[in-house]
Amino acid sequence: MVATRTVFLQLVKRDVRVALRQRSELLNPLIFLLIVVSLFPLGVGPGPDILARIAPGVIWVSALLSAMLGLDRLFRDDFRDGALEQMMLLPVSMEISVLAKIAVHWLLTALPVLLIAPLLALLLNLPTHAWGVLWLTLLFGTPVLSAAGAIGVALTVSLNKGGALLSLLLLPLLIPLLIFATAAVEAAVSGLSAAGPLALIGAFMVLSLTLAPFAVKAGLRVSVN
Amino acid sequence: MWRWLHPYAKSEATFALNQKLLPWFLIPGLVLTIVGVIWGLAYAPPDYQQGESYRIIFVHVPSAIWSMGFYVSMAIAGLIALVWQIRTAELALLAIAPVGAVLTFISLFTGAVWGQPMWGTWWVWDARLTSQLILLFLYLGVMALYVAFEDERAGGKAASILALVGVINIPIIHYSVYWWNTLHQQSTITKVITRFESPSIAPEMLWPLLVNIFAMMALAGALVIMRLNNELLRREVHRPWAQAILNQEKKENQNAV
Amino acid sequence: MRNLSALRRVDPVGKIEGNVPENMTTQPTASPQSADHKTLLAATDLASVRGERTLFADLNMHVRAGEVWQIEGPNGAGKSSLLRILTGLLAPQAGQIQFRGEPIQNCREAFHAELLFIGHKAGVKAELTAIENLEFYAAVQGQPISAPPYELLEKVGLVGLEDIPAQRLSAGQQRRIALARLWLTDAPLWILDEPFTALDVSGIALLEARFAEHVAAGGAIILTSHQAVNSAHFPLQRVQLRYQY
Repeated sequence: MVATRTVFLQLVKRDVRVALRQRSELLNPLIFLLIVVSLFPLGVGPGPDILARIAPGVIWVSALLSAMLGLDRLFRDDFRDGALEQMMLLPVSMEISVLAKIAVHWLLTALPVLLIAPLLALLLNLPTHAWGVLWLTLLFGTPVLSAAGAIGVALTVSLNKGGALLSLLLLPLLIPLLIFATAAVEAAVSGLSAAGPLALIGAFMVLSLTLAPFAVKAGLRVSVN
Repeated sequence: MWRWLHPYAKSEATFALNQKLLPWFLIPGLVLTIVGVIWGLAYAPPDYQQGESYRIIFVHVPSAIWSMGFYVSMAIAGLIALVWQIRTAELALLAIAPVGAVLTFISLFTGAVWGQPMWGTWWVWDARLTSQLILLFLYLGVMALYVAFEDERAGGKAASILALVGVINIPIIHYSVYWWNTLHQQSTITKVITRFESPSIAPEMLWPLLVNIFAMMALAGALVIMRLNNELLRREVHRPWAQAILNQEKKENQNAV
Repeated sequence: MRNLSALRRVDPVGKIEGNVPENMTTQPTASPQSADHKTLLAATDLASVRGERTLFADLNMHVRAGEVWQIEGPNGAGKSSLLRILTGLLAPQAGQIQFRGEPIQNCREAFHAELLFIGHKAGVKAELTAIENLEFYAAVQGQPISAPPYELLEKVGLVGLEDIPAQRLSAGQQRRIALARLWLTDAPLWILDEPFTALDVSGIALLEARFAEHVAAGGAIILTSHQAVNSAHFPLQRVQLRYQY
């Protein structure tokens, strides 16, 4: 029997390799994020006060939308070329393979966002003392995006017109994340402790990473039909 | 072997059970709706703060309560469909979804209508209204996911999974919206409404409200049963049992004419 | 739908399976519980319904070590569905599948450790080279390859193409990448959906030789094919699926 760890690492290695060979798809969500964030000052005016006030919300809403953009890559190609079926036939628990897919998605979409987060904060005039908390909300919150996103993609991967449907399915589920993430950053901006909302986001992360694989597994079984 | 192969016998049994249950929902539903509406609109005393406009609660509160209740029952149907692979449970889920969505819409609509005289605006991002709006999105997601699948069985299963994921999230969404609302509280007028639903409600208002809550449940339940039976007939229109029922109904209609 | 003779298995040994009622079986087929230890995969009373249409019903198969089973039938008769049901990817409408006497849903991981399935879509990643694809599948099956398998690539006719992403190769060459997995596995049970598609004559001969080798070593193969399979080197059982309305 092959070790679970081997399968997990092999899946991660293969998918990262595949993604690195389609760089444009990798960059699209990031460019989208940068553009949306730089459109806001043009839309609401360049006043530093108003920018600082809306910064947490803008950054998080843009991060949510850009995550939606890259989401269907999670299973779409695998579904088309049969790799998904092969994944379901691996001699390990399917939850492990699903977690590997979620991990790859996080590495490829969330990690770049974490890296450019300071730039976004700078563009929107977010006070520097809140940068750390913004970064922490992204660190704990983006795995929730990947995990919940995997559920939505698993359910819609066999449909041709999954895009708009995917956002209808997912965005309501992600509202708590948005609320607490922006609340944490706002608290940090006004000099209050952000520990409460941050702890809740951490709880969401644990909850979604433990429960989502089961839903994803069930969803994939429906889609591979 | 063929009897076990196709669960048609089961559908027939479900249909028969539904036909028996229907009057128990439909008749109390209709009677209590009439009683509750007349009682609530004509006989209950006006509110000392809100005057007559509070009477919309006799529609608003029942629909709001059951919009949530029907979502939970829909998720339970989804759980049964997934765990025991029962097709009639999938159909039940699909029968419940539009009814629940309409209840949610009614509660949103009446909330907006009520908000106009109370707050001076049709929409405020009040915690209740916001979480109802999200609930509406959840219902729409389940319905949209189902119709997106060509294969009805696959669509039913996918909708079941989504309903279950949603029901786990509902409490989280609900409480986070409340918390968000108190964090951003700008209008204090919502507190007037919130206080209204505390147990201090006068019994002359409480009783017609309870009647209306029960009436709404029975009526919506009857609608679900009727939808489920229609769906059962539609899916199995070529089966002998469905043919027999349809022929009988045709005959009855002719006799009635 | 009530056509009970819609399915028939013609067996060279004279056993009749398929959906013939059990009391008509000329040679009492062992029930799965008491199946001889050579039975790898036993399917009992399988049925599949797609939409409103019954693809097949009461299908029985006992796949023993050393056997090759060919599923035949016209397009849409349910060949691929049957294969996917046998792998556990799809749930049958009715019936049970046992691997070494154990229902597959109870031993999924052990079953899949001994199964190699190559479907219609073969699971070859278009962005990766032949070697990268093969290395991945060898590693997740627990037989990692340390050095690039040049000998194998030469054998399956992919030599010189090992650094080219699969998407730039022809359909037949991509198929060869997937089929090269047959030389890298020690899984006893192979389930192959149209393995000969897009292969040229030499490719087919190569594959048939590998089949003979696998069967001689005590393996078993279930496959679908539109072509006649050269059964000179192994016993071939056939399952006929008919298109049913």
